[in-house]
Amino acid sequence: MDYILGGYNYWMAIILMLTGLYAVIVSGNLVKKLIGLVIFQTSVLLIYISAGLVKGAHFPIYELNAHNVPLDGVVYVNPLPHVLMLTAIVVGVATLAVGLALAVRIKEAFGTIEEEELIVLELADTKRAQEELIIKKKPQKPAKRMTRTSKGGKR
Amino acid sequence: MIENNLPALHVVIPLIAAGVCALFKKDVWPFRIACVALLCSFAAVVTMLTQVAGGDVISYFMGDWGRKDYYDAMTGVKDSAVVGIEYRIDMLNIIVLLLISFIGLVMLPYAKHSIEAEIPRQKRSLFYVMFLLCFAGMLGIVTTGDVFNIYVFIEITSLSTYTLIALGRDRRALTSSFEYLIMGTLGATFILIGIGLLYMMTGTLNLVDMSVRLEEVSHTNPVIAAFAFITLGLAMKIALFPVHIWLTNAYAYAPSFVSAFLSATATKVMIYVFIRLIYDVFGQDFSFAFMPLSEILITLAILGIVVGSVTAVYQQNVKRLLAFSSVAQLGYMTLALGLATETGLVATIVHLSNHALSKGLLFLCVGAVVLRVGGSRVDDFNGVAKQMPLTMAAFVLGGFSLIGMPLTAGFISKWYLLQALLEEGHIALVIVLLISSLLAIVYIWRVVEAAYFKERDAKAKKLTEAPLGMLISMAVLVCANIYFGVMTDFTLGFARDAASQLFHGGL
Repeated sequence: MDYILGGYNYWMAIILMLTGLYAVIVSGNLVKKLIGLVIFQTSVLLIYISAGLVKGAHFPIYELNAHNVPLDGVVYVNPLPHVLMLTAIVVGVATLAVGLALAVRIKEAFGTIEEEELIVLELADTKRAQEELIIKKKPQKPAKRMTRTSKGGKR
Repeated sequence: MIENNLPALHVVIPLIAAGVCALFKKDVWPFRIACVALLCSFAAVVTMLTQVAGGDVISYFMGDWGRKDYYDAMTGVKDSAVVGIEYRIDMLNIIVLLLISFIGLVMLPYAKHSIEAEIPRQKRSLFYVMFLLCFAGMLGIVTTGDVFNIYVFIEITSLSTYTLIALGRDRRALTSSFEYLIMGTLGATFILIGIGLLYMMTGTLNLVDMSVRLEEVSHTNPVIAAFAFITLGLAMKIALFPVHIWLTNAYAYAPSFVSAFLSATATKVMIYVFIRLIYDVFGQDFSFAFMPLSEILITLAILGIVVGSVTAVYQQNVKRLLAFSSVAQLGYMTLALGLATETGLVATIVHLSNHALSKGLLFLCVGAVVLRVGGSRVDDFNGVAKQMPLTMAAFVLGGFSLIGMPLTAGFISKWYLLQALLEEGHIALVIVLLISSLLAIVYIWRVVEAAYFKERDAKAKKLTEAPLGMLISMAVLVCANIYFGVMTDFTLGFARDAASQLFHGGL
């Protein structure tokens, strides 16, 4: 029992991590995948922050005496993990932004963000490229080019 | 003044240049700025090369703020530790730095023509922004001596890579970029967890400090978990066999220049990080004797070599074919790494640079054909050699180097790989290697056959040779492939010194 309760923050982090990982792998919707990814990344923040904690310690700003000299013997919380996690949060936000932007572009290009439908459409793309080769109607312009350029004007 | 700050400048200059490029709408100035930035980086790396060539190590602290004495109130111990961010350059990373900055600089003239054909006008200046960010990130990963810094630079590189891949003309570029984003972020986050566990056990982020302090705690569970997380994360980034799926799609649909640049650098940088962490931080006793890394790497590498080569033979798309061949070649590198011998390490380092040269060249040639013909299927190559003789000659030479013909760079690394395998008495692995080389002949021959011995559609428009800028890039890489195949002193000498530095001295 002590084993479980003593490190409950780590257990929570692990539960979050696995939830996120499960969501990334199982969900077919690209946006849901990204949400899973964010949960997964957030769990890492918890692990780091837990590592910085020192029980009963002072917050990491020098405790000064009357002459503005730092006191000796004060135990401080480790501030470094928090700073590292600020960077990791920024990275996470950037990843989410790029991922969502890609999801929007995928929706524009394919008309769906469901993975199963995307796989079907991609296979159709590959097949069309091969069929076109057999017919040799337009060897200069494969079909894959037209799909994007027709949309390209808007952007 | 400038000389003292070179270890920072070669990363910072492209990083700032990326910001400056973002201010321009047209792509004329961004191209020039990128040229200047890459030239500066390359010059800085070459200067540092002369400084570390004798076996010295350059240690540079960001902001001249680094080693501090501290007082631990809990234990009452006075100690000193590295608190700042250290940039550290030794024999191993200078060779990777040189490779990246050389490839970037050489491919830049090619980029101009290639992206003018493949990327819409309003996005071209942003392309240079992303390219410079990616370039700076890679140099940063290799230069830094701080574990968390490695993670941040990995993410800078990855995020710009996702954008670069998504610029491809084919709409499948978007989905493959998304796939890479998911896999890449999972991998990077695994690395981050591993770094966190290491930090908990050692209380430092500096690679040198960490390797010293890990010796005391090396057999504890968190360190073992950290090792597993980091190995898995890096395997995803390296595109080791079972987690290689992102690579083939990403390289197949990305713009030609991006495939060429990434195939030559991105995975190589990750292999460097792998070598650095295994040999310097965890130490080879822990990685190979205590943990079963050798067995895992060799098994996965062989599977990667076989599956990659066999799948490459059946590909219709030449870029995809080369991507699968990359999976096999990355298998060679991890195989040599898994042997855990000094010769194996030399083979990894040499193959890392030589494969970058040959695969980069092959992707450049395919890009030139894509520019003129419009597609990258094997059948698009029919009869191309008559109208684009120089491009196809370069392709053939790149193919020779990939297969490992004597007098090309690829031969040297294959030779070393064979030596490393024979030293350990792995005859079965030698046979796998030879079979894979035969398969390489088959898939390169398919393209060569189409280009030289098949007739082009009579109605199709006439092709012209690739533009001069592209030819210059290809010519330089052809020269490099031949030069490093004949004059082996430079690469081999450096790789040997780097390997012995890693094996015997550590950092």
